[in-house]
Amino acid sequence: MSLLENFKKGLWRENAVFRLLLGLCPTLAVTTSAENGVAMGLATTFVLVGSNVVVSMLRKVIPGKVRIPAFIVIIASFVTVVQLCMEAYFYDLYKALGIFIPLIVVNCLILGRAEAFASKNRLLPATVDGLGMGTGFTLALFVLGAVRELFGSGTLLGYAVFGSGYQPLILMILPPGAFIAMGLLLAAMNLFDARRR
Amino acid sequence: MSQQLYLSSSPHIHSGETTSKVMHAVIYSLLPACGVAVYFFGPSALSVLLIATLGCLATEVVCQRLMGQPVTIADGSAAITGILLALNLPPSSPWWLTLLGAVIAIAIGKQVYGGLGSNPFNPALVARVVLLISFPVQMTTWSAPAPLGSGLDLVTTATPLGAWKNAVMLTGQMPSDLPGSTADYFLGNMPGCIGEVSALALLLGAAYLFYRRILTWHIPTAFIGTVILLSGLFWLIDPAKYPNPVFHLVTGGLILGAFYMATDMVTTPVSTRGMLLFGVGCGLLTVLIRLFGGYPEGVSFAILLMNAATPLIDRYTRPKTFGTPGQEVVR
Repeated sequence: MSLLENFKKGLWRENAVFRLLLGLCPTLAVTTSAENGVAMGLATTFVLVGSNVVVSMLRKVIPGKVRIPAFIVIIASFVTVVQLCMEAYFYDLYKALGIFIPLIVVNCLILGRAEAFASKNRLLPATVDGLGMGTGFTLALFVLGAVRELFGSGTLLGYAVFGSGYQPLILMILPPGAFIAMGLLLAAMNLFDARRR
Repeated sequence: MSQQLYLSSSPHIHSGETTSKVMHAVIYSLLPACGVAVYFFGPSALSVLLIATLGCLATEVVCQRLMGQPVTIADGSAAITGILLALNLPPSSPWWLTLLGAVIAIAIGKQVYGGLGSNPFNPALVARVVLLISFPVQMTTWSAPAPLGSGLDLVTTATPLGAWKNAVMLTGQMPSDLPGSTADYFLGNMPGCIGEVSALALLLGAAYLFYRRILTWHIPTAFIGTVILLSGLFWLIDPAKYPNPVFHLVTGGLILGAFYMATDMVTTPVSTRGMLLFGVGCGLLTVLIRLFGGYPEGVSFAILLMNAATPLIDRYTRPKTFGTPGQEVVR
């Protein structure tokens, strides 16, 4: 697999959210707006690339029997870095994302990539894999957040899209709206793939 | 031997009942309630009824065309969803609210699951709850009834249940001046959703369905019985705070819910034991939401929650298989 292909697989064919259905808890919980979705996606991408790099470098040192705790320690370290940085520089976002920043530790996408890819590959492919998967995750969260924000608040990235007479469909920024939007987007992607074949 | 033998598997006797016959009987049974609604709320009720029904039919056609399925709007199921949705909306609903509800009911509530018979939740109630959560202002703006010919305009006011909940939240006491009498509530002369106001008209329609044997007694009896017992218990404990069971019975959507929404064949248990359990669950949740929940009315939430429990109820009330003595039913 070439490096480019390695990167591209995370965008569509093995997209974490829409194809592997991994990391759905933060996906559904924080995508009440496009901005929150992107912020969560970037934070996760940073942790994912960091953990992939370190896990790949240490893959011959970590004994097989304790690899999961070792991965978690590595991931948790990067999450702590992200959390402290966001608290220092992006306090509003930090408050908006709340508990879901520390919860990046248990995002199964990150542990999944460490276990399935980084622990079996050299440094460069592991880094590219983390970047690709993270970008795909960020894109997915952006799309989901944008759709929910558009119908649930009538805005996109904070700018009003519809006229002042628009009555927002509040359900879309509530938890049930996350599931409904997710399901409809999945259906749309499946339809697109089916048509293309 | 010129005689031919025809072999076929059971059943050999057909009642002649078809989906579309059942659906049309339900539509007829809802006509009295629709009539009362138009009498009390005038043209606005009529327009809500028309928009909801036509909206549901149109959405069904579009969905079935898109999915390449035969269009089955003639069976009447989409029309019923439309009528039931309209009966669950306030008379002052703006047209876009009603239309959006119709699209949600059929597209999200029914067709995404595969159409009639596959939906786990009552489509009309799904739409009602989506609208109630999304547009709390429009969905809780109630009009006082203005009978045809009285020359009155529709005036905004609170439902009896809403007035009670407000007073209890503010003072902890039952209000002394609830609008209207029990007779008013029974006939339909009270503010509320288009179709829930007249217990009398709904009972007339239900009687017809009983006569046609489309309804069985299990769910409505268990539902209403539980509401009476539980609300009666609270009333006996503190009559100064909790309204009496008759109030619970004739205000709000209990009659509409118990006879028309909780008896939906698709989304409720199949065995009689299951139906009784379903009804009791609906009753419990309704009273708990009405007395202690954030919303004044809990019938639609109660039925949707029990819809979600229906597969589980069906699983645990499965009758024993004949011809397998002493054998545990495989779960």
